[in-house]
Order: sequence, then C-alpha cells, then structure tokens
Amino acid sequence: MDNFLLWTALAMALLPLMGTLIAGLSGRLLSRTLTHRIVVSLVGISFFLACYLFKVFVLDNHAPLDASFYTWATAGVLRFDIAFLIDRLSATMSMIVLFVSFMVHIYTIGYMADDPGYRRFFSYVSLFTFAMLMLVLADNFLLMFFGWEGVGLVSYLLIGFWFKREAANLGSLKAFLANRIGDIGFILAMAAALAYFGTLKYHDVFMQVPGLADKTMHLLPSYNVSVITLISLLLFIGAMGKSAQVPLHVWLPESMEGPTPISALIHAATMVTAGIYMVARMSPMFEFSPTTLSFILVIGGTSAFFMGLLAVVQYDIKRVIAYSTLSQLGYMAVALGASAYDAAIFHLITHAFFKALLFLAAGSVIIAMHHEQDMRKMGGLASYLPVTYLTFVIGSLALCAIPPFAGFYSKDMIIDAVYLSTTPGAAYAYYCVLGGAFVTSLYTFRALFMTFHTNERWDPAVRDHIKESPWVVLFPLVALAIPSVFAGQVLIGPILFAHPSMLGNTTFVLPDHNVLFKLASHFHGAKRMALEAGKTLTFWIAMSGIVTAWLFTAKYPKWSEWFKQRFSVLYAILVRKYGFDDFNQIVLTEGTRDAGHLCYEVSDVKVIDGVFVNGSGRLTRWFAQTARRLQTGYLYHYALAMVLGIVALLVWYAGGF
Amino acid sequence: MPSLNEFLMLASLLFGLGVAGVILNRKNIIVLLMSLELILLAVNTNFVVFSYFLDNYAGQIFVFFVLTVAAAEAAIGLAILVVLYRQRHTIEVQDLDALKG
Repeated sequence: MDNFLLWTALAMALLPLMGTLIAGLSGRLLSRTLTHRIVVSLVGISFFLACYLFKVFVLDNHAPLDASFYTWATAGVLRFDIAFLIDRLSATMSMIVLFVSFMVHIYTIGYMADDPGYRRFFSYVSLFTFAMLMLVLADNFLLMFFGWEGVGLVSYLLIGFWFKREAANLGSLKAFLANRIGDIGFILAMAAALAYFGTLKYHDVFMQVPGLADKTMHLLPSYNVSVITLISLLLFIGAMGKSAQVPLHVWLPESMEGPTPISALIHAATMVTAGIYMVARMSPMFEFSPTTLSFILVIGGTSAFFMGLLAVVQYDIKRVIAYSTLSQLGYMAVALGASAYDAAIFHLITHAFFKALLFLAAGSVIIAMHHEQDMRKMGGLASYLPVTYLTFVIGSLALCAIPPFAGFYSKDMIIDAVYLSTTPGAAYAYYCVLGGAFVTSLYTFRALFMTFHTNERWDPAVRDHIKESPWVVLFPLVALAIPSVFAGQVLIGPILFAHPSMLGNTTFVLPDHNVLFKLASHFHGAKRMALEAGKTLTFWIAMSGIVTAWLFTAKYPKWSEWFKQRFSVLYAILVRKYGFDDFNQIVLTEGTRDAGHLCYEVSDVKVIDGVFVNGSGRLTRWFAQTARRLQTGYLYHYALAMVLGIVALLVWYAGGF
Repeated sequence: MPSLNEFLMLASLLFGLGVAGVILNRKNIIVLLMSLELILLAVNTNFVVFSYFLDNYAGQIFVFFVLTVAAAEAAIGLAILVVLYRQRHTIEVQDLDALKG
C-alpha cells in the first residue's frame, strides 16, 4: 500500500514534466489541438492522483510517508536524496496547486488560442506545475530548493514569454533578480542548517531544533545570535523573495507583463505561495525563534496594508489584482508570525481559489477588450460579459471577506488570531490588517465598478467585437467560483478547529503561541460565524470600503479627482509606489553602475593600467632616457670615466674602506 | 745615477701626461694614439727601472713584449685611422660620436 502511494505521488509529480517534454520537444510534429489535449489531460490525471492522495492522507488519516527514490549524492556523512514527504500538508497543498494549475491549463486553450508560442506556453506552464510539486513534496531542504529555483526559473521564462516586448523582458529580469536576493537567504540557511544539524532532512532537523534552541553562534565580534533565529530569519528572507514581501516585492507587479493565465498561476497557487508553504512546513523551527516571528509579523503587516494602498491608484486591471496579491500575502505572513500556521494555509487555499478566479476573470475581460488592460478605457461591461461579471463579483466578495464567501472565514480568522497573539509586533500587525481590510474592499470594488459599471469609455475600434469569452475560458471561471463561495465554510472547521485538524501535526505550535486554540472556544460553527458577522468590526470596515469605492468611482467620480488634487503629495507617493522602484533604480542599479565605473576608472584604469602596466613601461623608459645621457659617444668621456673608476677602486683598495 | 724614486716620478709624470692627452684631447685622433704610446712608454720605464733595481731581467723581457704589442697596436690604429678618414673625412675626436645614446 505504501509503495503504491509513493509511486502515485511520483507519477503525480512527473506527469506535468512529461507534458512539458512532449509539448516542448515535439515542436510542430503535434498539432495545436493534440498538444493541448495531451498536456491538459496529463495535468488532469495528475490532479486526480492528487485528489486520491488527499483522500488517503487527510480523509482516511494515513500515516505520513517519507521515502527516498534515489540518492543523488553522498559526501561523507551527508546524503542528498530525491525523497518525498507525503503527509497532510503536502497532500493538501499538491491538490490546491494541481487544481488551480488544471484550471489554468484549460483556460490557456482559450486565452492563448492565437498566440504563435502556443506549445511553448503549455510546456512552460506544465514545467511550472512540476517545479511547484517538487517544492511541495520534498522531504529535505535541498529538493525543496530545487523546486524553489525551478519555479523561479519558469517564472522568469513566463513573465518574459512575449520576449519581443521590452517591458516583458525587463519584468522577467526583475523577477529573476529579486528572487535571487531571497535565494541567497535560503542558501545561507541551508548552509547553517548543515553546519549545525549535519543534515538537510526535515525530520532530522526538526528533531534537533528543541535541543539547540538556546545555542548561539558568533556572528560578528562581540555579537552572538541564536542559531535557530539566524536560520529561520534567513529562510524567511528566502520566503520574502518568493512570496513578495516588502522590500523584495518589486518583482510581482512587473510580473503582470506575462500572459494572464500565468499571472493567475503565479499569484494563486504556485510561486508566491511557496514562501508561505515553506514557513508553515518549517514551523517546528520558526516556533523556537520569537524574534523571527516578530519580524514576520512586522513585514507581513507592512505588506498587507501599505501594498494594498498602492492598488488604489493603479489603473491597469491586472496590476490592481497584483497589488492585492501582495496585500493578501501579507495577511498570510501575519498569520505565520502569529503562529497561526493553519490559518495561513487556510487563507492560502481560499486565496488560491478567488485570486485565480479574479485573474482569469480579468483575463476574460482583457480578451474581450482586445488586450486592453487600462480600466479607464473600460466601464459598463457587466451586461456584455455576464458570466465574467458574475464570477468577478464572487471573487471580489471573497477577497473582501464578505460572509459567507471563502475569504471571509480565512481572513477573519487571521485578524482574530493576530489580535490574540502575544508575540511582539502583533499589535502593529493587527492595525495593519484591519486597515488592510478597508483598503482591500476599496481597491477591489473600485476595479469592479470601473470595469463593469460606470459609463462606457471604450476605444471605438473594439466596440463591435465585445462578446463573452468561449467556454474554455468560462469553464475554469465557474469551476473556481464554486470553491470561492464554499471553500471557507466547508474548510474552516476541519482545518482550524477539528481534532485532528486537516493539517494534523504537520504544523507545530508551542503551547504559549497557540492562538487558534484560544479562538476555538469562540467558534460555534461556520454558519453562526457568518450570521454573526454583523457584530464584528472587520465586517463593517470591509463594507465601508465597498461604500467608499462606490461613492468615489461610480456615484461621484469627481470626488476622487478632488481627492487627488487635495492630497497630491500622498497621491504622488502612492503612484511612485513609495519609491521602492526609484530606490532600487537610483541606489542599487545606478549605484552598482557607478561603483562599477569607479572601480573601472580608479582601480582598473588608474591603478592596474596606469601604475602597473603603463607605469612599469614608463619607468623603464624614463630610466633609459636618463641613462642614455651618460652615453655621449665621445671617447674621452669614456676614458675619463675609466680613469675615475680606477682612481676610485685604488682609493677603495688602498684606503681599505 | 738618479734614485728609484726619481725614475718612478718620471714614469708617473709620463703616464699622467698620456692620460691627460687622452682625456683632454678633442681634436686629433693621432695625438690620441700618441698619448696612448706615451702611457705605454711610462709603463715600460717602470718595468726597466724595477728590473734594474731589483736585479731581475723578467721586467726587461716584458718590455719587449709591450713594445711589440705597442707597435702592432700603432699599426692597426693607424690603419683604422686611414679607413676612418676615408669614411668620414675627419679625424677629429669630437666628431666621432656614433655611439651616442
């Protein structure tokens, strides 16, 4: 049985890779239709295998499996295995990843129908899925890092998919570079883990963590740091890169240059959730470092509120959703920091559904508008795109945490968990997530009103072509809308409060930090929670956001103009995205370039070329120039020199000096 | 018979004259050759004088060799001088600076 399950997991991971190879290598041998049939059905099979594993490990409560398929390398006592850890967490996560990926695959058939890079796109998307599955299923740091780098690579390829556009190339490069910074953290964390634990296998590392909780290491002269804190902080820096937390978030909005299906995949199920998943997976380590948890709270809170604010001034429909992803990832990070790992995964799951839905719906709008993404040129689309409109509304309501949609449960739980958390920084994070709730509904409904309501501001050229998208586009929308409505109420009990909970003991919480346990006494079922939402502050905050959005965009659009002028400084700051990009451009990019110039001009041109190369040449020449004056060519000068020499020698000899 | 010292003073006087001739002479290369001869003769005088006063004939025999070499040297020197004159139409020492760096 165990063997069978292992092979199932392996097949689940490798089927998308097979799809990649078939779509990527066969080229024009296979027709477009055949290509997408093969790739989509492979991912579909993979999804059903994931469902089966979910059933076995989560519903039937099978014991976790941890087995090696292949030993990649051994060095002394170190062993690097290609090994899977299949337990409740990884089974759940694989299912979510494959569900969203499957939907995106189907959607791609419609969205990329006219693209010359059709097969290439399928190849990449499948590779993305494969890399993410490796990351999720890994049972050691190194294999996770393989998947980690895999999604990094494929995100680079996909963001730059339309490689003839300069913005796409720059965006992909930015994503790649920002991720590399995070990866440095991950690599250093792996090195530190190897140094102190002597192994990279999760299980073995986590066993040793409690024993090493008080161990410190000498980092700088007269500065000791706890080993666990150091490792977990470095890991979180990796997570900041992948999960786009401040200040490494800059790549995520640029990733909008890629095709919309890939935005959905990056933002919903793969890539950005990798960091959150990783921290949840490593919870037995993070729990022992309150410092890191505080750091996560502060970073997460900042991302949740301030990145959400940026979405309010964006006009590109995809960018609004992209900033919303940043903000929602901030919520997840806050949940991690408050030790509510289950809540973070819960929000990750609901977010995967409604964010993929929002992106795909936005993509459907973009198809209808002939690849116009500017919301100023949309408006009044509701009656033309009824299905898209309806699904977008569902996604928006879920995102804004309106009961009984999925986002309500997960987000409310995070806010409550932070409220109860005693980790330093929780108070700041609490106000951030509360403010974030207002901002979320403000920007979401601003986008909704600007796109689907208000007067029609279309280009005359597209006016005649606006029609609802084909069924391959609509099917994923509907399929994602259903869990966006129901996932919250179905999952909240099992994932947070049941014994054993859906994730079981795969996440680890110290008794002191267990906020979810405290929350359990207030929880009386999903239905009652939704009915009593009117008594909670967060609900009214979210509602006020929606009303504000309605007032400012639909009812009195002049107000927002007035606001812009009245608070022009604030507006400018938001449009400049707090200057992160400017900072990166001026300090990092140009700073590096200037430093390069300085090195070139001073050390290379002046020191190496000037002093060493040309300098030695010049010295020789100067010496020769000077010495040649002695060579007058006159015989009597030589004779004189000779006589003087003899005299000198004689004096020296006779004088005995 | 003058004393050894007087002879040696004569020889060093001749030697000094020869060296001064070599160094100070800027004009004629023949004078330079003559100065060289003078130096050799001063040395020869030393040989002879020491030979006499030390009762050792080796010095006088050595003089023969020196004279022979000096004669050969003068012959070669003059021959070179002739060729040089043909080439450069001058034998002024000051003009002979082909080795100038």
